Amino acid sequence: MDRHGHRLTLAPDPAVPPAAAAPRSSAGRPGAPAAPGRPVPPVPPGAPGAPVAPGVTGPPVATPAGRGGRPSRRIAWGPVVGWALAAGVPLAFLGFFFGWPAAALVARGFTTDGAPDLSGFAEVFSRPRTWRIVGQTLAQATLGTVISLALGIPGAYVLYRRRFRGRGAVRAFVTVPFVLPTVVVGVAFRSLLVEGGPLAGLRLDGTMTAVVAALVFFNYAVVVRTVGGLWERLDPRAEQAARALGAPPWRAFTGVTLPALLPAIASAGSLVFLFCATAFGTVLVLGGPRLGTVETEIWVQTTQFLDLRTASVLSVVQLVIVAGALAVAGRARARGERALHLAGADRSTPLRWRTAGRGDRGAAVLTAGVVVLLALPLATLVARSLRTPDGWGLANYANLGTVGDGLAVTVWQAAGNSLRAAVDATVLALVVGGLVALVVSRRPRSRSGRRAVRGLDAVFMLPLGVSAVTVGFGILITLDRPLGLPVDLRTSGLLVPVAQAVVAVPLVVRTVLPVLRAVDPRLREAASALGAAPGRVLAAVDLPIAARAVGLAVGFAFAVALGEFGATSFLARPDAPTLPVVIFRLIGRPGADSSGMALAASVVLATMTAGVVALAERLRGPGTGGLL
Amino acid sequence: MTTTTGAPGTRASAAARTVTARTAVARTAVAGLAGLVLAGCSTVGTGSAGEPDGGSDGTADGGTVTLVTHDSFGLGEEFVTAFEERTGLTLEVVQPGDGGALVNQLVLTKDSPIGDAVYGIDNSFASRAITEGVLAPYTSPELPAGAEQYAADDEGLLTPVDLGDVCVNVDHEWFAEQGVAEPTTLTDLTDPAYRDLLVVTNPATSSPGLSFLLATVGAFGEDGWQQYWADLRDNGVKVVDGWSDAYSVDFSGSAGEGARPLVVSYASSPPAEVAEGADESPTGALLDTCFRQVEYAGVLAGADNPEGAQQLVDYLLSPEVQAQVPDAMYMYPVDGSVALPQSWEQFAPLAPEPFTVAPETIDAHRDEWIRTWTDTVIG
Repeated sequence: MDRHGHRLTLAPDPAVPPAAAAPRSSAGRPGAPAAPGRPVPPVPPGAPGAPVAPGVTGPPVATPAGRGGRPSRRIAWGPVVGWALAAGVPLAFLGFFFGWPAAALVARGFTTDGAPDLSGFAEVFSRPRTWRIVGQTLAQATLGTVISLALGIPGAYVLYRRRFRGRGAVRAFVTVPFVLPTVVVGVAFRSLLVEGGPLAGLRLDGTMTAVVAALVFFNYAVVVRTVGGLWERLDPRAEQAARALGAPPWRAFTGVTLPALLPAIASAGSLVFLFCATAFGTVLVLGGPRLGTVETEIWVQTTQFLDLRTASVLSVVQLVIVAGALAVAGRARARGERALHLAGADRSTPLRWRTAGRGDRGAAVLTAGVVVLLALPLATLVARSLRTPDGWGLANYANLGTVGDGLAVTVWQAAGNSLRAAVDATVLALVVGGLVALVVSRRPRSRSGRRAVRGLDAVFMLPLGVSAVTVGFGILITLDRPLGLPVDLRTSGLLVPVAQAVVAVPLVVRTVLPVLRAVDPRLREAASALGAAPGRVLAAVDLPIAARAVGLAVGFAFAVALGEFGATSFLARPDAPTLPVVIFRLIGRPGADSSGMALAASVVLATMTAGVVALAERLRGPGTGGLL
Repeated sequence: MTTTTGAPGTRASAAARTVTARTAVARTAVAGLAGLVLAGCSTVGTGSAGEPDGGSDGTADGGTVTLVTHDSFGLGEEFVTAFEERTGLTLEVVQPGDGGALVNQLVLTKDSPIGDAVYGIDNSFASRAITEGVLAPYTSPELPAGAEQYAADDEGLLTPVDLGDVCVNVDHEWFAEQGVAEPTTLTDLTDPAYRDLLVVTNPATSSPGLSFLLATVGAFGEDGWQQYWADLRDNGVKVVDGWSDAYSVDFSGSAGEGARPLVVSYASSPPAEVAEGADESPTGALLDTCFRQVEYAGVLAGADNPEGAQQLVDYLLSPEVQAQVPDAMYMYPVDGSVALPQSWEQFAPLAPEPFTVAPETIDAHRDEWIRTWTDTVIG
């Protein structure tokens, strides 16, 4: 079946390009032609006579999707070469710095005396422990994902669909945990739960509940931002119509709104699942020795036992889990993507307690509760950073300017290193991630073409799902003067931003992609019809629109690069250690000074990253979506 | 964050701008991006000295020597500069992981080593490095008298540089407040009087944890330590994965003010807890519970610059570096003639008779012991 023909008759499509949308004023005139070929907006089917809220802008438009950037049926080699490059450059980057090292290490685990040997599988799977940790990993990641979604979806509603004073601050606040170093948060979390701590009565220390709670703490923002980014643009009239036709609120929500949100929920779910399935520091600190996961086990087997056979089998297991999660999410996303009603502007309405319905009140109370729970470990962190042996004060912060005992650089120098590396990483991630998003945003006509595009999308998510140890150790055995280059890349400082970029690319893709997907293909067609060459079409149509998402992508890439620790810790050189590495070293030393400095440095890192994210959020255009 | 709640007027006028305006924005963005790429590529490259490495280009000196060491390496810029001035070499330091990971990384890369010299292999992993052939023999003329007792092998593959004791640390204040006598021996720790007071680290994930396991092997023998740990388990020992976790969250004597007054740490930890000007330490090490850790340096087999590596090993044994070892590494210099910091003399004595296990024995049984330990204590 030609899905695109189908799309045409199905009508509503997510294709209101933010940049080409009608004026966004609250007194907007629907359908003011802002771009060539803009049709008169049709009334969405299923919503005849739907109450039109004030401020409604151009309603969704039926578009013939899937012809993006193709001027004619004749094979034009220029675009073919161009697209091949656009897909090839990122693939080469990922293959060289991620795929090859990881594959080489795994291959070494399956080689005995030069001959392939797969007996490791039988051996590893015959151990009951293996099944226990696989079960533990799946349970932890699933619970973490489900709870993050269950809390995050109402959160997205309150923070992106409702307006209230201080909303911007709350949005920024919930993002902070996402960028905090896990080791330090683990310590802050544990000092709440440990015997003698303020929450000792809950008896959660070393339990799975504590681990899952921490995973939710880190990933709540991913759900809120991803789902909220779509929700704030969702046209409310379909749900209003359902209500007008007599559906109770929950029915209207589950029947109309929830399916429309499915692509964003699937996206958020897959990201959170990957983050949870590969969580390392959190699990180690909070789970204690009893709760091993595939990730911690790969780390132990590789770094401590050098048992590459076991580690390789576990890496394959990890890959299967991750691929499965991505496949499920991809399917859900593809299914939901057809029926979106998007509006150009912010559709949020004021939240007033007295007039709010039961659902609104529930969501508001729940979100307030979550915010308080998020604040607890953060407040502990800040409070402990202000505590010194001589009482409360800023001594720990003053110490950040000193080279503490056994520290090669001051925390401020490390922060400078981090910023420099993060700039490089952000640029790399933007170029690579931008190209990937551009390619993936196309909807080729052929089935194999579509499959290839989906595959490319999934491949670039893999770095989030593969152990940093595997990549770090893999780099050691592959990147010594690779391809005849005169540089031993293994010990080169250049690898730090590269490793950070590899992790940031998936977030860039997820940020830029929805915006590119929302480009009205008719804009491209109109440009082509007017004689623009494919490159010119890209420059005149896609780029200006994508540029709006770049602010947000920059913020995320930068934040991830600043906070990246796993891969960086295997690469960083002491003359330029990054901030997370220095924090890790500080917390590994005895004495109140060191631990105080570690806490203060974490607060600095959190402030830096939250500031970057907030700035990027300011740069982004209204209603350009979140991580979809 | 506030864009969506911004003034509607500004948004309307912004949206009313033409596509041309947006193209201009995009052009600026692209130009900016290109600029960033150009600028960005240099931010790291120029920040650190001497790229590309591996060559003897640049200054007309003896080339580059690369030191591979662990995460806790704390000799900073001064060390590097002093070495470079002394030898005319350029020194690069790479820190690819912690103690165990370090040796494993060297084993993985023995066909094309990531450096010329290594520093920080300890006696619990020394045998693996020796038997895997990652080291080249070198006996330093600088080896101080008395250091030969720490030799790990007969061929001079590893040179002892510093040492320390992993011991149970005790919170003196806690025991004074509770009016309970402090434990002194390993056996005391299984006494019900000290139930639920000890926190240890997992030997599979933490190097002091492994050392403490080895202390119990040294104390109770290869066949007796399992029962000891079963007794510890029954007496409420708590296990966490990392030292920082145990020391700063669970231990009552650190800034974290946890609930347990006994923790596995180093004999050198107490001085760090002494308040400035105080003449008593709030914590101490139980010197009858210690395992002696020795850290070694060596020349890597197949090094690009073996002479430079040898000079580096010599330099690590020089009195000036040996004197920095306590503050930088929290270890004792192998050179007994070097003066210790005042606070160490006072609060961080070494154990007179620490437990030891021969490196070959450790290497032969380490993984098996860790598994047995896991089965016994974690279940």
